Amino acid sequence: MNSIEARGLRKSYGATIALDGVDLSIPEGRIVGLIGLNGAGKTTALHAMLGLTPYEGDLRVLGLDPWTQRDLLTRDVCFIADVAVLPRWIRVSQAVDYVAGVHPRFDRSKAERFLARTVIQPHSRVGQLSKGMVAQLHLALVMAIDARLLILDEPTLGLDILYRKQFYDSLLTDYFDYTRTILVTTHQVEEIQNILTDVLFIHQGRIVFNRPMDDLESSCFEVSVAPAQLAAARAFHPIHERESLGRRILLYDRAAFDNDRRQLASLGDVHTPSLADLFLAVIGNQAYPPPSQPTQPDAQPHPAQGVAQ
Amino acid sequence: MTTQSIAAANPAAQAHATPRYISPARRFYWSLLREFWEHRSLYIVPWTVAGLYLVGFLIGAFRLIAKIPGHGNLAVDHQLVVTQFSNAALALMAATSIVAVVYSLSALHSDRRDRSILFWKSMPVSDIATVLSKASIPIVFIPLITFVVTVVTQWILLLVGSAVLALSGFSVSILWSHFFLFHMWIMILYHLLAVHALWYAPVFGYLLLVSAWARRGAFLWAAVPPTAIVIVEKVAFNTHYFSDFLAYRFHAGPEGGLSPNMLFMDPLSHLTPLQFLSSTGLWYGLALTAVFLTGAVLLRRYRSAI
Repeated sequence: MNSIEARGLRKSYGATIALDGVDLSIPEGRIVGLIGLNGAGKTTALHAMLGLTPYEGDLRVLGLDPWTQRDLLTRDVCFIADVAVLPRWIRVSQAVDYVAGVHPRFDRSKAERFLARTVIQPHSRVGQLSKGMVAQLHLALVMAIDARLLILDEPTLGLDILYRKQFYDSLLTDYFDYTRTILVTTHQVEEIQNILTDVLFIHQGRIVFNRPMDDLESSCFEVSVAPAQLAAARAFHPIHERESLGRRILLYDRAAFDNDRRQLASLGDVHTPSLADLFLAVIGNQAYPPPSQPTQPDAQPHPAQGVAQ
Repeated sequence: MTTQSIAAANPAAQAHATPRYISPARRFYWSLLREFWEHRSLYIVPWTVAGLYLVGFLIGAFRLIAKIPGHGNLAVDHQLVVTQFSNAALALMAATSIVAVVYSLSALHSDRRDRSILFWKSMPVSDIATVLSKASIPIVFIPLITFVVTVVTQWILLLVGSAVLALSGFSVSILWSHFFLFHMWIMILYHLLAVHALWYAPVFGYLLLVSAWARRGAFLWAAVPPTAIVIVEKVAFNTHYFSDFLAYRFHAGPEGGLSPNMLFMDPLSHLTPLQFLSSTGLWYGLALTAVFLTGAVLLRRYRSAI
């Protein structure tokens, strides 16, 4: 069963269109990154899935309608927004007591084990903790809940690199077990690149790219070429070009053309692009059309498999 | 670490455990507890007022002892000591009424302002349970807390007052006769339940509704509609039905206001619960409370969270 299934999901705030017909299917047991610029619709999409905001279109989360069946959904879905949402007045021990008191899937001993690994004191109030510690506390509470879907909205925003790394490490080692689904949005694309099983790019309220990470490695590649080989390399329809250290780096999305890859290898060094470069390539083409150049008509995104409309 | 290595570490996906059953009563209990954690003024204010009152009473009592020898007016001094009991009760009621108003206005507002509503809404507690637990604080628990603190305070007053009278050579019998305190407690409990809980319920319902609705300045927003109606009615029709209606509500309706003397009356001959329960104003008020609270639940549930 798919954890999340959306068809034509739309949402507008007055004249501003936040979601413009989102279609997506997220199967169970995946770790999906939803990546987009500020205002691309990430948080709106997550809030729609959590039943926090009304929407148009079809949306099923764990088989439930999040808007009308929110009360049922909250038993199986956990949510961490950026670090500021734990109330400042609550004590660590009170937060644990409260979740233990109201949540049927909360395992108190687990939460206490996670907290014991940190320097957080049970008697402290959230307002006295550092941002990193609040994130650890929230993560400890959420990881002790045996939920089927975890939604993370910029969970590490404002944390230093040590806490960010710890955050994702604990998520993987102590939480993810292939029966849960994790949907995460973040700006720090590089840091989640290695933990994702799937990646979605959202731009102006639409999913513009949707691919399992495994496919990404085989279908997307970058070739850095010397100026002399540029014209030859452009003939293979790169989706994006950039300049680096005096060489052009051309990015291709050509799953179907193994042959092209071999030929391009003769023109320059072939390597797998980072998720950030790929994101900039895909979004950059949409946000800012490529600068005018002789081969521009050929520089359109290739209609490869997996690219959502 | 990559997802592949996790797959190796967790070859068999474990099944999700069956959830514990959590009764609605238990969720309600924790929702209530959460309110007391957040709003410590709910118990700090009444105990502080009680403490201050006792300190003031002690100082007054020592001054009384100092000036008594020989020329004290016995009757007046007795009256002075006895009046302290009703004054303590009135002071506590006034303080907790303010706490109730401040609480109601922030109850559904502060967690939207600090965004912690995103945490509360991620917990499996329905918005109905949330709003009802918050409404029960001013309507049920503040009157009960007021009663308990009043009883404790008056006990201490009784002991201290007896000691002072005895030290001054007066008879303490008036304080211990006629079930004087016991009668007062029945009167106070009745007044708190009938007026503070039931009769004022629509006021708290209204404040909670405003608190669920206002994005900021809940206090101001609560004052605007009634003031506007009073002014428009006065200007347009030169009538004052609405302000009369409000005045009737705030003057405790059929029960009337609480005067210090009332507290000394024999409750059996002065309480008229049947008359109170059969007054239409009470039931209109409770129906209005239900409407306000329903509105608060709907706002909490169907409005975008922040």
